[in-house]
Amino acid sequence: MAAPTIKSRIPAKAKKGEIIEIKAQITHDMETGQRKDAAGKVIPRKIINKFVVTWNNDIVTSGDWHTAMSANPFVTCYALATESGKIKLAFHDDSGEVYEQVSEITVE
Amino acid sequence: MAKKVEGWSRRDVLAAAGIGCVAMAAPKMAQATPQEADDLVKKLIGGAAPKEGKVQLKIKDVAESGAAEPIAVSVDSPMSAADHVKAIHVVAEGNPAPGVSSWFLTPKSGKAEVAFRMRLAKTQVVRAYAVMSDGSVWMAKQEIKVTIGGCGG
Repeated sequence: MAAPTIKSRIPAKAKKGEIIEIKAQITHDMETGQRKDAAGKVIPRKIINKFVVTWNNDIVTSGDWHTAMSANPFVTCYALATESGKIKLAFHDDSGEVYEQVSEITVE
Repeated sequence: MAKKVEGWSRRDVLAAAGIGCVAMAAPKMAQATPQEADDLVKKLIGGAAPKEGKVQLKIKDVAESGAAEPIAVSVDSPMSAADHVKAIHVVAEGNPAPGVSSWFLTPKSGKAEVAFRMRLAKTQVVRAYAVMSDGSVWMAKQEIKVTIGGCGG
């Protein structure tokens, strides 16, 4: 599988106290470990098991994901705009890899 | 969108052709039961007794596809430091594993709402639980009919 790519929609500007919407999607098979390949061998599980949104390194929202999350997970969550800085989305893979994307936001 | 990703395109094709039933047979034998879902909920929320209300589960009555069904959970809460939602747990009664996802919110979340797409193996009841900062637990549940994901289930 090609390296996962993360797409997100996060506003670049917000007013202090505004609740912003964060939409994010990562390309990932989210292989459940329940399927078999053509030879009858079980395809090992490989999913994103954790998703973390941080704003200037403070955790906003996180999620523990299980096999019932769809392939190419597409999620929406929210954040309260308090100060300008960086919003980081982190996707933790079963393999131990962490895929991240950082967006800048200006809060006025 | 998902068509280009290896593996999923194959499943889509199989499911569409109806041969998918063969591939789906194995997980079908190991499906969770409402009892297993209850056990998982106990683990997630402890001894608290969930009350119905406050939680809104936005999900269709009939799923278009069991592979990626949009679901949104929102909870009535001011999300202040004193009164906020700490966790949202989504549990499926009829999937191979009952856990779908657990979300941990903070006052910085601003709004107690999350949305994502989930897999549904067959027609089943989906439940959402919200754990509040005062320790109370609220829930909502809804049945969703699945025709493609579960081979006509």
